[in-house]
Amino acid sequence: MFDASVVRAQAAQLRVLIIEMLTAAGSGHPGGSLSSADIVSTLYFGDVLRHDPHDPEDPSRDRFVLSKGHAAPVQYGALALAGYIDKAELPKLRSLGAMLQGHPDALQTPGIEVSTGSLGQGLSIACGMAQALKLDGEGQRVFCLLGDGELQEGQIWEAAMYAAHYGLDNLTAIVDNNNLQIDGKTDQVMDLGDIARKFEAFGWDVTSVDGHDVEALHEALTLALTPNRPRVIVAMTIKGCGVSFMEDKAQWHGNAPSADQAIQACDEIRCACGEGIL
Amino acid sequence: MGKATRAAYGETLIELAREGLDVVAIDADLSGSTTTAKFGAEYPDRFFNAGIAEANMTGVAAGLAKEGKIAFTGSFAVFGTGRAWEQIRNTVCANNLDVKIAPTHAGVTVGPDGGSHQALEDITIMRVLPNMRVIVPADHASAKAAIRLAAQTSGPFYIRLGRMDAVDVYEEGFELELGRAYVLREGSDVTIAACGIEVDQALKAAELLETEGVQAEVIDVVSVKPLDVETILASVRKTGRIVTCEEHSVLGGMGSAISEVLSEIYPVPTRRIGIVDTFGQSGDPHDLIEHYRLDSASIAAAARELLT
Repeated sequence: MFDASVVRAQAAQLRVLIIEMLTAAGSGHPGGSLSSADIVSTLYFGDVLRHDPHDPEDPSRDRFVLSKGHAAPVQYGALALAGYIDKAELPKLRSLGAMLQGHPDALQTPGIEVSTGSLGQGLSIACGMAQALKLDGEGQRVFCLLGDGELQEGQIWEAAMYAAHYGLDNLTAIVDNNNLQIDGKTDQVMDLGDIARKFEAFGWDVTSVDGHDVEALHEALTLALTPNRPRVIVAMTIKGCGVSFMEDKAQWHGNAPSADQAIQACDEIRCACGEGIL
Repeated sequence: MGKATRAAYGETLIELAREGLDVVAIDADLSGSTTTAKFGAEYPDRFFNAGIAEANMTGVAAGLAKEGKIAFTGSFAVFGTGRAWEQIRNTVCANNLDVKIAPTHAGVTVGPDGGSHQALEDITIMRVLPNMRVIVPADHASAKAAIRLAAQTSGPFYIRLGRMDAVDVYEEGFELELGRAYVLREGSDVTIAACGIEVDQALKAAELLETEGVQAEVIDVVSVKPLDVETILASVRKTGRIVTCEEHSVLGGMGSAISEVLSEIYPVPTRRIGIVDTFGQSGDPHDLIEHYRLDSASIAAAARELLT
């Protein structure tokens, strides 16, 4: 059952956890983790992903591939809230011997399908998984979260061709379209042009939504699939969303907040969400 | 002359599929040359052409492997390893997946296509990757055995295949053991360690040396990683000198792997036969073998140097 208020509350929890994790770690990527929070919350807590936190390898599960691996904290938060991992792991992020590596490590963390972090590779992996599941699966879907900056990697478009060519209708990509990358605005660093039209031209079904509207996200993620066509959801987002001083600022791509900034950030997130949060 | 090592690829995949292994193959528009097309003709639902896109091919193979398939990729060795190196590192090896990279057209014996298509660095860049195993078969029978071994052993493999017909060294039906080097000829004066097509050249060099009263021990170092240190060490303890031979750069290849180990535990005078920090070029494969001093006469000359 999809309940928008639950998804919103969990997204706020994710944002608080992201800030706390990165502050404890002293490094990491808040901007793109925060911009993805509503998307990830909708997937995990909005009745989209069929999954069992007590059986992470359940063959009948839907798969989620975080291609923009630097947003690991948002997935770690979701794995903790869902019950895949102990919350006590979160403050150990990025420290020596920790289960939670700086970028997702599938060999360390239950609930992580594949190790990612090098941009541009997740969609190819998701294609292979979707293809295998079409061969002998039972209708499982594969979701792949991409960054917009990541679309500058040529491999993404190799994979885009592949998915359409093989009619991978069980594959859904989501682009976290926050318009920023480390060096600045995407249209100034390397203009991506019209992302939706590019995917359309590659033979994908395209839906564009407000990436912070969990109802719109849920609708797009559960829309009836078109036979033999992969789907992409271009989610318009704000980098650093939920923390005023981080919003739409490239310098928060890869810097952790100070302790004082973290207090302000968490206050703002709690205040915006109202009741039902930590 | 026997068949090329590449000829083993498609036919062995067919055998493995018939035996019930869940193998799939993905190629980058070279399936005729790599012979994966043969497998595709028998098992069309288990063969995928990725087009000219090696990076995506490698990632897709990783995804197929993630879902339980034994995924073989095909391309030319330059592109299959070089174009997709970082995908092999961060996706295949970091996830320790059942991706078996078995590109063809390694070395100068690609011939007329020239330097752009002659992989001379692939052993180096594959063996430095954690979790990767590196196999360099000498002939058709050992190439078949290598493909079988890779399919039956979990984790990433690199199998180096060639375009040119190779002289048969092993009987058909030969079974390969991971991490084992094979002593093909015993001798006490000099060790000649070879891999790939250089195994045949090394055996011929040993025959040349024998006419001069020199007994060379010839070892096929088919498993470059893991390396059979025990067999190599036992040989050099006996002979006190070693010549390594590979159709590959001398920088970082099989000869380097042996030198790394021996320099630490049992240093002996060494000569490394291989391509000396240069690109290949067009030509007849046999002429190229001579031009780059990969031939039996050059191996014998290197052995003589060590004996004087």
